Amino acid sequence: MTQALSPRFKNLLGLLILAVLLAVVLPLVLEPFRLNMVGKYLTYAFVAVGLVLCWGNAGILSLGQGVFFGLGGYAMAMYLKLQSSTPEATKIQSTPGIPDFMDWNQITQLPFFWVPFKSLPLSILAVVLVPSVFAFIISYAMFRRRVGGVYFAIITQALAAIMTILIVGQQGYTGGINGITDLRTLAGWDIRTDSAKTILYFVNVALLLGAIVLCQWVRGSKLGRILVAMRDKEDRVRFSGYDVASFKVFVFCLAAALAGVGGAMFTLQVGFMSPSFVGIVPSIEMVIYTAVGGRLSLLGAVYGTLLVNWAKTSFSESFPELWLFGLGALFIAVVLLFPNGLAGLYRSHVEPRIDALFGGKGRSGSRPAPAPAE
Amino acid sequence: MSSDDKRLGQGLSQMNLGRRQILKGLAAMPVASAFGASAFFPSSAFAQAPATSAINTTGLSVTDTEVTVGILHSVTGTMAISETGSVQAEKLAIDQINAAGGVLGRKIKYVQEDGASDWPTFAEKAKKLLVQDKCASVFGCWTSASRKAVLPVFEQYNGMLYYPTFYEGLEQSKNVIYTGQEATQQIIAGLNWVVQNRGAQSFYLLGSDYIWPRTSNKIARKHIENFLKLQVVGEEYFPLGHTQFNSAINKIKLKKPDVIYAIIVGGSNVAFYKQLKAAGIDLSKQTLLTISVTEDEILGIGGENIAGALACMKYFQSLDNPNNKAFVEAFKTAYGPNMVIGDVTQAAYLGPWLWKLTVEKAGSFDIDKVAAASPGVAFDKAPEGYVRIHENHHLWSKTRVGKARPDGQFDVLYETAELVEPDPFPKGYQ
Repeated sequence: MTQALSPRFKNLLGLLILAVLLAVVLPLVLEPFRLNMVGKYLTYAFVAVGLVLCWGNAGILSLGQGVFFGLGGYAMAMYLKLQSSTPEATKIQSTPGIPDFMDWNQITQLPFFWVPFKSLPLSILAVVLVPSVFAFIISYAMFRRRVGGVYFAIITQALAAIMTILIVGQQGYTGGINGITDLRTLAGWDIRTDSAKTILYFVNVALLLGAIVLCQWVRGSKLGRILVAMRDKEDRVRFSGYDVASFKVFVFCLAAALAGVGGAMFTLQVGFMSPSFVGIVPSIEMVIYTAVGGRLSLLGAVYGTLLVNWAKTSFSESFPELWLFGLGALFIAVVLLFPNGLAGLYRSHVEPRIDALFGGKGRSGSRPAPAPAE
Repeated sequence: MSSDDKRLGQGLSQMNLGRRQILKGLAAMPVASAFGASAFFPSSAFAQAPATSAINTTGLSVTDTEVTVGILHSVTGTMAISETGSVQAEKLAIDQINAAGGVLGRKIKYVQEDGASDWPTFAEKAKKLLVQDKCASVFGCWTSASRKAVLPVFEQYNGMLYYPTFYEGLEQSKNVIYTGQEATQQIIAGLNWVVQNRGAQSFYLLGSDYIWPRTSNKIARKHIENFLKLQVVGEEYFPLGHTQFNSAINKIKLKKPDVIYAIIVGGSNVAFYKQLKAAGIDLSKQTLLTISVTEDEILGIGGENIAGALACMKYFQSLDNPNNKAFVEAFKTAYGPNMVIGDVTQAAYLGPWLWKLTVEKAGSFDIDKVAAASPGVAFDKAPEGYVRIHENHHLWSKTRVGKARPDGQFDVLYETAELVEPDPFPKGYQ
């Protein structure tokens, strides 16, 4: 078959376009306030990208990604909170030097699990490790017992609920429903200024592009092909001698680690972390971003995240009392008209034209065809 | 009642009504402000109005004819039911101020944003109101969590927030005026009253599990044990949205406390009071004192389920004074005859008025001057009576005890003789 552009080249081109859009175009056209908001949206894109791998490729639908987003975010927030809780800054408290909400809850000593978060390297390590280790424990226990599909989704959703209750209930240790607020400096650097937020935005974009490259690499490798095979016929893969559970555990942990990084970037750019990002609703919202973008496309997930969040913000600014209806309409439209999301739209309408433009004939057959709905 | 309220029961019954009234209110708005403009501006007000450059040196959104303020509450999500009353009260106050000539000769224009019951959204919208819209002040927030989320934004961009809800205290900011009560203002006088008038000796403390009930119960316990030298026989917390109170009610029956002290919020209230009644606890005989139930909550609970309970607030809709009568009438005219007005709604109504008086005292819209001029500003047309801003940016207010009637209103049994001093960092109660 004639092929004008190889899939590898197309992936690269797509990534390049996204990179130019995020790193050049948006910073030039948006004022710092709006850019910071895009930065916030892009932190959810980490979760969406992880979900493409986990759900789109490996067929593991997780409705609890908020848990991992939250764990990463809380790890970063704990470090930042300790930074801003110096004895001088908290001298009004009965026990100076501990975070304010602990003082309000009559805790007089820093709990042991907060101590590692005095160190920046340990905290950064925790941002990645805590979500992955937690994901490992959960997924190992379940995939070993061959719990999958809908049951897995329900259990992850239960986890999101449990996590919220735990954080809200243990308010002396976690800040409760208010979350961890009033975060100021990262290793002495004030993260609240416009310039700091712009720098964090670029760090975020770089990390996100890195995450996409990593996922593309995983998808392109032999491992990626096993994941797809597992999604489509798990038993055959198992009978061929592969240890199915290990592959699933791996991809779930990878998605969790990415979500953790997103959470940490969220905390840095928004300036606080609260249980409202951990629960069931945000976890499902994150799945929606992926669905809108197209769950088989890494780049689509990023665009989907941006589109949904942008719509949320602009609808709510223009129609404070009616915006939820607009957002609902958007979701319904996407599901009814473009079941494969933005990426599906691109593939069926835009890509053939590009191919034709470059002298190719018709559609390129080397991309995996849209999978049947699960 | 700073909380993540889930007033579902109440929500279902009120939702349609609420929407319609909002729309009606919106429709009435332009008429009222147009009337204000034509009646008061053309002749005298402009001539006397000071030059914009003199009263706005920091680039706020103030023109020769208008000043922009922000309204930031949840009008969608679980908190919408609670916060809608505050939005209505703030808009009513703004209309009334405009009809009376505005602020320093300028008509107030508001930008409304929806916090969507979501704390980061509150922070995002607060930043938008300050950075993009350059609002001269913002009236908003309801839950503690939303206030905590926006506080750093207001401090960083130097804005002014008027916060209406009674809350846990332990906070004070140059950039916030707290028009609700802090915890001690709501607790101490009420406890003293039940001890003196109901001969209470033992107390059972209940609360929803988050910062406001916990802090409030901490203050209540210290006051009961250290100052009144009486006994707390139990203390218990429930997750937000909890609906099974039977085991707690059994413990209460076992311990037979003289007073049940309840700080349960939102939808949980509906289950709690119904189960209390079902368990045979008669609130006309058993003293129950709450600081979390206003007229708004009773709509959901049902007056017959809570009749006889005591609530400690600073405002009740049934207050008998000329200010309140005018306020209740104006509110019902604007939003419909079936509206009820709770403590927080009244506190929200104070926000725009206090800001107007402060700006006029400062002779400037500049945030620093408004913050500095705030202490001592008094509002004698307040529905709750007379209020004054303290140096710590909270209000001097009276504390009142009301007894719930089956029709959902309160009979006011007691009010403090003097205004109670706000004390957000109470010594001896920490």
